[in-house]
Parts: sequence; structure tokens; C-alpha cells
Amino acid sequence: MRSALAIALVLAALLPLPWLVHSDFWINLAIMALYYGFLGQAWNLLGGYGGQFSFGHAAFFGTGAYTSAVLQVSLGVDPWLCLALAGAAGGLTGALIGALSFRYGLRGSYFALVTLAFAEVFRILANSVAFTGAGVGLLIPLKESAANFQFPSKAGFYLVILALNGLGLLSAWWIENSRFGARLLAVRENEEAAQALGVDAFRTKLAAITLSGALTALGGTFYAQYFLYIDPAIAYGPGVSVEALLVPIIGGLGTLFGPLLGSAALQLVNQLAGIVMGDAPGLNLVLYGAILVLMIMFMPNGLFGLARLSSRRLIGRTA
Amino acid sequence: MMLALEGVSRSFGGLLAVAEVGFTLAQGSITALVGPNGAGKTTLFNLITGFLVPDGGRILFEGRDITGMPPERIAALGLVRTFQIVQPFARLSVRENIAVGAHLRLASRRAALAFAAEIAERVGIAHQLDQPAGTLTVAARKRLELARALATGPRLLLLDEVMAGLNPRELDEIAAVIRGIRAGGVTLLLIEHVMRAVMSLSERVLVLNDGALIAEGPPAEIAADPRVITAYLGAGAAERMLKERARA
Amino acid sequence: MIELDILLPAILNGIMTGAVYALVALGLTLIYGVLHIINFAHGSLLMLALYGVYFLYTLLGIDPYLAFPLVVPAMFALGYGLQRYVIGRTSHGKEENILLVTLGLSLIIENLALYLWSADTRTISTPYGFATVDLGVAVIAVPRLVAFLGALLVTALLWLVIHRTDLGKAIRALAKERQGAQLVGINVEHVFAMSFGIGVASLGAAACLLLPSYYANPGIGRSFVLIAFTIVVLGGMGSFLGALLGGLIIGVTESLGGLFLGESLGQLGIFLIFIAILLFRPTGLFGAPSMGRP
Repeated sequence: MRSALAIALVLAALLPLPWLVHSDFWINLAIMALYYGFLGQAWNLLGGYGGQFSFGHAAFFGTGAYTSAVLQVSLGVDPWLCLALAGAAGGLTGALIGALSFRYGLRGSYFALVTLAFAEVFRILANSVAFTGAGVGLLIPLKESAANFQFPSKAGFYLVILALNGLGLLSAWWIENSRFGARLLAVRENEEAAQALGVDAFRTKLAAITLSGALTALGGTFYAQYFLYIDPAIAYGPGVSVEALLVPIIGGLGTLFGPLLGSAALQLVNQLAGIVMGDAPGLNLVLYGAILVLMIMFMPNGLFGLARLSSRRLIGRTA
Repeated sequence: MMLALEGVSRSFGGLLAVAEVGFTLAQGSITALVGPNGAGKTTLFNLITGFLVPDGGRILFEGRDITGMPPERIAALGLVRTFQIVQPFARLSVRENIAVGAHLRLASRRAALAFAAEIAERVGIAHQLDQPAGTLTVAARKRLELARALATGPRLLLLDEVMAGLNPRELDEIAAVIRGIRAGGVTLLLIEHVMRAVMSLSERVLVLNDGALIAEGPPAEIAADPRVITAYLGAGAAERMLKERARA
Repeated sequence: MIELDILLPAILNGIMTGAVYALVALGLTLIYGVLHIINFAHGSLLMLALYGVYFLYTLLGIDPYLAFPLVVPAMFALGYGLQRYVIGRTSHGKEENILLVTLGLSLIIENLALYLWSADTRTISTPYGFATVDLGVAVIAVPRLVAFLGALLVTALLWLVIHRTDLGKAIRALAKERQGAQLVGINVEHVFAMSFGIGVASLGAAACLLLPSYYANPGIGRSFVLIAFTIVVLGGMGSFLGALLGGLIIGVTESLGGLFLGESLGQLGIFLIFIAILLFRPTGLFGAPSMGRP
């Protein structure tokens, strides 16, 4: 299958980067691009392929970050195991929120609102409960070693986030080439018509949000390990929720490489803005907002979406 | 009995949309459901296929009580419907659209896509397989709707105005497809306004008016039934028509 | 056991706050009821208005209560322009797009405010800022009482506009039946923009009433948005009475929540109500069947 080949090529091309580029600045940029790309991929599963726009993906991100951080710091659980547990926690959170929302038939704006509300509830709780460190946040003690999921050089983190991206790409590929994915897209396009063809829309959407939640939680764990500090605003604040949806919208909803492309574009814009406007607080978010509005106005299919139909023929969607 | 309805009723607020409707469909038959606009035909379809829950009565499919079951379960049992206002998966290709139906029985993506191509061939839209469904003409969309439902391997197919808006040649083509479907062992229930189709295709006609079943029988009988004529053309019309026929 | 003389003031204060919340929610319910737009930018527009009132006071010495004739028309114009030239142009008929555009607008407004005016919280001190009124059962701060009465007044005014003017008639017609309204010659784009403008203008009024007893900082838009949505959904999308009652209920909930659960958990009750309403009774107390549900 040609898209599988494309995924392999992209990953292979990105793999040697830390050994080709020696500037910490550029490697960090690449890590950030891959990191946001990964969050976007996770959001894209539910939002792009599933058509359910969540405005509260921070709920999964923060749960992943806190699960992993708290287990490590308070219980001494192995950080790599924490990664897996965080993913499970994120999946569970997704299943819970999804079960409630979809059971009661929430769609469109109502679904977006309820996810936002859930994220806020989590944030308030994290702010008030002792074991999360409340408002002060949590510091993961510095102890560099690969076994401890804290790499002395950036190359280690780069490889991890690249691997996560691989996971994200594989998930998207699976959606594009499986029965589950076909059903998810059908539900996105027209839920009633899908039901009339025997598709259990509830279970399909539930599976999508569970997967999306699990992956997003992995992203949260990565953040915690990379920056070694989280607090309720970072973990459950609207920033993450916005970043997660912005990236696929720019790159192209419901496409394989859209989130990655969108993330790269956003990082580029960020850097350019930094050069032109200096390091002012909040200014890059103004830019994000402006880009969002402009994208919807003029390019609602995103960068990749523009070429989507022809690219589908190139990559050979059909068997 | 393929399908049996017993005293099925449904109201919306104060309006009784379907009133104690009961009938049976024999296996392998083609039946037409007709009636003036607002008679409750599509509502009846929605009730049978699980998109609406009846207030009263029972619906039995192949002997099994399906009253109140969710639509996807009913479809999985082999009772599939099309929509009056076509509902394509607009951004998916024709092939991918039909494949969604095929996936009801086929787990493999490859198999579903291949089967989709076969179905498209049968229904006459094979040349548009890779087009996005949203770009199709109305006639093509109707065929797509039919193809999708067919791909699920139904035993009872409910077609809602699949002939509306077609020109005579397209009508003949669709009629041939429908006869082919029936020949394959599928039982059919069609909501139709196109009388030509009703007369030539169906063995039996059910007439709905104001939510109630007012007549049923072979097409020729129904066409001459004064109650039916009254329902469509109003009181007095039946008398006038019969007088004119007597004179002719 | 909480004594009555702690409970009652909390409830009264909740009602006072609730009335202003209701005014904020009223704009949102109007925008939703007519345009079927869930306006994510509502909170940040309120924030903008608050800064407007703040600067009018600190730079020009104009008292907030006297700033109405300046702030309200300005907000109206802003709202009109946003709907007519930005939001209206981007929807391409899709609900998700409007959602994203208003989200984008809120990002722009919030972070522009952050950049221009920093994250510092701004308050003003007016001569009457600390005056109180003894109502017997409780002592109420004057600014809050004025806010309460002002909110009721503006709500009544809004109701009059919607139900007793030609514009109001057009708005209601459009809300009920878009095509029909077009057919009788109503200029849809213009009336939509007017509705949005009125909705945002009410934020200007709310800001004038709020600032003396409240504060301004770039982030408050976010908390107001969810509170406003909760009220609108609680009261029923598109219902004025619902928004008013919903506002009072939420105001009291917040006040009591803060009393019993403390500062940080206080707002939890609101969001839990929000989620519960969305799940179990999305039509709210008074609303008509709404979109987003099969």
C-alpha cells in the first residue's frame, strides 16, 4: 500500500536528524514540531476522521501528564511503565467522557462545549487536590538516564517523540484502511445514513475518542518528562486544547500527514513571528487565532486538504 | 412472513401520524406503499427501521420482534432502507460509500472495496466509482443510495421514492435493477409516487392516507378503488371518474 | 450548621452577581437564538468592554455608570462589524467553522489584551466603591446593588427592543424562519449583524455595571464564557426569561459553592451543572428543542 510506504519513508527520513544536525536549537525545534504534530494526530483521529470536534483535549493530556508524574514521584513507579499507564488513563478518560456525551447524543457545538467543561472540571480539581501538588504543580526530580525516561542529550527525546509520531501515523493509516475507519468516516459524514447501513455509531465514536484520549495522554507524559514540571494550567488549561486542534486544521483535517505539516508550518510561523515581533507574551497566540480565522475563511480544508483528492489518487487509497 | 406489522401507531404531539397500521409482506414479494403527501409513508418506514419508536403495536421481521430496536441492529438483521432525501457520504468516493454497506458482512477492507465495485456495476454507476459522492447528480445519488443498501446483503429492502426525479430512460433502468434485486431473492417494499413504476413493478399495493391503511390489493384493483381515488383527488372525484369511465 | 446570617448575605450576593451574569448571558442567548451561533468570543468581548470602561475612567475620568453612551454603541459597532464582515463570511454554512472562527477571535482578543495591557489585574476605586446599604437582613455593597438594578433595567430594555420594535420583529422572524423572512424582504445579513451587535452591546452595558465591584484582566473572558454558556443552556437556548432565571440560579450556586467549598472548588458546581444539563436536559428550563441533538 502506497501510503504505508510514504509513512515508512517519512519516518526513515526524519530518523537521522539528531546526528545530522548538531545545533540544540534546531533539534529542539524539531522535537517541538513533532510533539505538536503528535498531539494534532491524536486530536485528528476524533476530530478529523471522526468529525467530532473536541475543545477539551486537555482533559486527556493532563490526565496522562499527571498520572505519569504522580506515579513516578509519589510511588516510584518506573517511568516507562508510567507511560503505558498514562496511556491507559487517557483512554479510560476518553471512554468516560465519550460514553456520557455520545450516549446522550451530543454533537457539534454541544459536544465541543461539554468537552471544554470537562477539561475545566479537571483543572479545578487538579488545582484543589493535594496529591497533584495543587496550584503549585509538580516537579519531576532530575535524574538523567534513558531507563529513567530522562535523556542527557536531546537525541533520546527526539527518538521517543518520533516513535510516538510513528504510532500516530500508524493509527491514522489504520483508520484509512480498515473497516473501523470506514465506519468512522461514514458516521462523520452522515450518522443516520451510517446507522441505516448497520453501523453502531455510538460504539464507533466511543472507540475513536478512547484511542484519541490514550494517544493524547502519551503526549502529556512526554511533555512531563521533557520539561519536568506540570501544573493545572499547563496540564488542563485551554492552551493544549487549542494547540491540539489548530495543528490538524492548518495541515488538513482527516489526512495522514496533515497534523505534521500543520505543526511544521506553525513552528515556522512562530519562529518568523519571534524574529519580527520579538518575544512578547501572548503574541504568538494572537497569531494562532488569526491563522485559525484566516484558515477557516479561505482554506477550510487545510494545507494538505487542498491536495487531498489528487493525493488520494497518488497514494492509492483504494485497493 | 418476511414482515408483519400489528397495530402500529405513532403520534407527534397531538398529531396521529400513523394510526393502527397492520399488514404483512410475503417473502420474495414486491409491494408498493402509496398515498398522498403527508400520509405517513416515510414515518412508517422510520418506525419499521428503528429510526422512530412506535407508541403502540408490534413489528416482526422474519418472526422476530424488532419493535424499538436501534436502526443499526435492524439493518444487521437484514432489513435495510434508503432515504427519500438522499444522504450520501459526500466526501467519500462512490466506491467508499458502497463499501460502508459491504462492511456489514465483510471485515476485510480489500474485499469490501471489491464487492463495492461489483455492486456499482449492477446498479449502473461503475464509471463513477472514484468520484466523490457529493459531486454526483441526483439520479446518480439515488443509485448510490440503492447500491449502498444493496451492498449490505439485505433480505428485505425498503426503498423510499427511489424513482423520484428520474427521466423515463432512467426509470426503466432502475426498474430493471429492482427486478434484478428481486430475482436475487430480496423482498421489496417501495414508497413511490411514480404510478407507472407502481403499476408495472409491484404485485401488491398498500394505500396509506392520514396515517391509516385504507386499501390493499393488486395494482389494477387499487387504481379503480373509490376510496383511493377519494384520498388522492378529494370527495366527489371518485364518482366523477367512475361516471366518465362508464361513459367511455 | 451554617447560620442564617452567613447564608442569607451569600444568597443575596449571589442574586446580585447573578443578575449581571444574566445580562451577559442574555447577549449570548440572543445571538444563539437568532443566528444559531455559539459565540466563543463572548467572554473575551466582555473583557474588552471591561478594559474600555477601565481606561475611560483612568484616562478620561469618566465614571463607569456614565460611560454607557460611549461603551454600548462602541460594542454594538464592534459586534455588527464582526458578524457582518468576519463571522458571516466564514461559515460556508458549517457549524464547526463558526465554532472555530469564534474560538480564533477569542484567542486574538485575549492575547492582544495580554500583550497590550499585561496580565496585571486592573481595578478602579470610585468614590462610592466602598459604600454599603443596610437591607436589614444583610449589608450590600452599593456597586453591587446598582449592578443588580442596572442589569434588570437593561434586560427590560432589551426585551422591549425585541418585542416592541420593528427591528425586534424582524429579528424574531429571522430566528424562526430564515427563508420566509428573506421572502418578505428582510435583509438577512443586516439583521443578523444587528442581532450580533445588540448581543455584544449588552456586554458593554454589563461591563459598565460590573467594573466598580469587579476587575479586569485578560483571562477573565474564559471564565465568563463557560458561565454564560451554562446559564444559556440552563435557561434554554433563546429564552430571555430562561437566561434571567438561569443567571440568578448560577449566581447563587457560585456564591454558595464558594461558601461551602472554598475559593478554588467554588466554580466546580457551575461546570457540573453545565455538564448535567447538556447531558440530561439540553433544552434547559424554558428552551425549544435545539440543535446538536438527534
